[in-house]
Amino acid sequence: MPPDNLTAPDVQKVPWWRSPAIRALLFQLFLVCGILAFGYYIFNNTLQNMEQRGITTGFDFLSNEAGFGILKSLIEYDETHTYGRTFLVGLLNTLLVAALGIFFATFIGFFMGVARLSSNWLVARLATVYIETFRNLPLLLQIMFWYFAVLRPLPRPRESLSLGDSVFLNNRGLFLPEPVPEPGFWMVMTALLVAIVAVFFIARWAHRRQDRTGAQFPVFWVGGALIVGLPLLVFLLSGSPMHWEYPALKGFNFRGGLEVIPELAALVLALSIYTGAFIAEAVRSGILAVSHGQTEAAYALGLRPKVTLKLVVIPQAMRVIIPQLTSQYLNLTKNSSLATAIGYPDLVNVFAGTTLNQTGQAVEVIAMTMGVYLTISLLISLFMNWYNKRKQLVER
Amino acid sequence: MNSKRVVGLGAATLLSLAGLAHAGQTLDAVKAKGFVQCGVSTGLPGFSAADEKGRFRGIDVDMCRGVAAAIFGDADKVKYSPLTAKERFTALQSGEVDMLSRNTTWTYTRDTSLGLNFTGTNYYDGQGFLVAKDLGVKSATEMDGASFCIQAGTTTELNLADYFRSNKMEYTPITFDTSDQTIKAFEAGRCDALTSDQSQLYALRIKLKDPNSAIVLPEVISKEPLGPVVRQGDDEWFNIVKWMLFAMINAEELGVTSANVDDMKANSTDPNVRRLLGVEGVKGEWMGLTNDWGYNIVKHVGNYGEVFERNVGMGSPLKISRGLNALWSKGGIQYAPPIR
Repeated sequence: MPPDNLTAPDVQKVPWWRSPAIRALLFQLFLVCGILAFGYYIFNNTLQNMEQRGITTGFDFLSNEAGFGILKSLIEYDETHTYGRTFLVGLLNTLLVAALGIFFATFIGFFMGVARLSSNWLVARLATVYIETFRNLPLLLQIMFWYFAVLRPLPRPRESLSLGDSVFLNNRGLFLPEPVPEPGFWMVMTALLVAIVAVFFIARWAHRRQDRTGAQFPVFWVGGALIVGLPLLVFLLSGSPMHWEYPALKGFNFRGGLEVIPELAALVLALSIYTGAFIAEAVRSGILAVSHGQTEAAYALGLRPKVTLKLVVIPQAMRVIIPQLTSQYLNLTKNSSLATAIGYPDLVNVFAGTTLNQTGQAVEVIAMTMGVYLTISLLISLFMNWYNKRKQLVER
Repeated sequence: MNSKRVVGLGAATLLSLAGLAHAGQTLDAVKAKGFVQCGVSTGLPGFSAADEKGRFRGIDVDMCRGVAAAIFGDADKVKYSPLTAKERFTALQSGEVDMLSRNTTWTYTRDTSLGLNFTGTNYYDGQGFLVAKDLGVKSATEMDGASFCIQAGTTTELNLADYFRSNKMEYTPITFDTSDQTIKAFEAGRCDALTSDQSQLYALRIKLKDPNSAIVLPEVISKEPLGPVVRQGDDEWFNIVKWMLFAMINAEELGVTSANVDDMKANSTDPNVRRLLGVEGVKGEWMGLTNDWGYNIVKHVGNYGEVFERNVGMGSPLKISRGLNALWSKGGIQYAPPIR
């Protein structure tokens, strides 16, 4: 605190327009008003121009009949459904690719990241080669490569490769038997749910008991046995209320069963291998960020290497890894829009492609599509930030 | 970032910032910049494709060249924008191109709700099917459950759906951005058949390693009148593109060719020919052009028959017969209002 005699004896009252606080506020207000006015001008002018040029505007087209077919849909769809439905079909297909991609990329990434730090020379070098190759090739090329590498060598439907007459592989896709639940299958699902809830409570109990007494409980094995065993038991007791629907060659292609189209396979393969390489580097950086002293300290306390990795290294590494992981997940989701290059019916292909062209309403369709990617990205971001908060170092 | 979104964004931006159109604006702008910006396809032999010297050639390209000849007396004053089917209308709406000549089907929706005008039909087409010979299919009605490679954003997509729905058959569409991708996927065996306008099927077939391994089925399942498109609201420009094609058709009817046009201009006594070539009667200034606009089109590009034969007819690898595209007086339906 300054001594009293250093303050100016008679400070004139500062007029409000010279006060820094009010000024800062005013300027920000002006800026916001300016941006809003500009936005309004753009919006208005767009509408006016489109009207002048006789271009239809508005979102009425969403309830019109689409009249075109889509290769693969997770929900019921045919030509008689609306353009609004094509939006949902595209959106779900995008989410499917993103979810599968994130799952496999994470798996590959963690595996390769740890492998690159392996003390085994061959394993470490192989991981390095993988990372440096796939990280440095353009994604679009990789998608094309997998698409044509997956497609070209496979036989035509009539000469399909088959496994026990129930799994078929040809250049139209992979055909698997589909489990069809019969009435009574709900009991099995209930058993599964019960098992999952039970495992959750067992894990909590085991954790508390260990905190209290130090005694450990094999949660992983008991939990695994419960989740697999309980539904299986109910399934057998209730008389197997499920049958398999086998794919069968009918006319030009296989019908029935589960179908994995080559577009999806190529896209998920390319996205997860490409993003996996980046995640591997994130994982490596995370592990290297934990000082070796931590490991040595853990060994000094008598922890075995596996336990050290699980309880000391990884929890600390995660703090470095998660933020990078978030941006990789976002990248993967946005990159999934490259699907359009190989004809996978994602949002960009179906909605911002065919629907846009059939209706000609570019402004509305593109705005909706951008809105979707923004929303998905923000949601992933939100979730990962929450996860990051939970994993952060709790400072006391 | 992929190109579709760039076009979409570009359209949004241009529509946001551009001023309003007025009649004559396009011609003034074209004259000022000294060339016609023409939207063509990304590569379809016979319609618009680059030749071995890198110059665009084809029946659609000749529409652009005809307009340039009418305006500048020089058919080479054209710059081309290769567009996919998905990009084409946005590119025209946003003013990225002055005219679109890209085997585009004239339909009600496109003519009325997109802010565009079709100026005529330079090729009467219909949708057909290309199948591998060893598939053993003789007719489209045998194709229940088959999968089809198609180009996104085309009337093809809609016709296919209609055809299979009305015949109570199932099908799987596999949609690609460019016709080039469709033929590659067809060759790779991803689909049983490729469906598109018949002219395109012949054009795409010569891209196959062995063109004889595939056949075009006899069925034609739709009407596809293909023609040039301009923006709505500029009637003068609309007239120029419309009458360019009419002049070509009239020239064929009157027997005026690029070879004899100079002779005809000097010596012909037929008043129809004299009006077409701007020697007497009508004035080019009614469209903002010089009187010899018709002469320039025939001289530098040719009459409709020449354009057809050179690009898709017997003088080309496609060897498509005139069929519907013959003059009305020779069994076809190509017909143009008189120049008088």
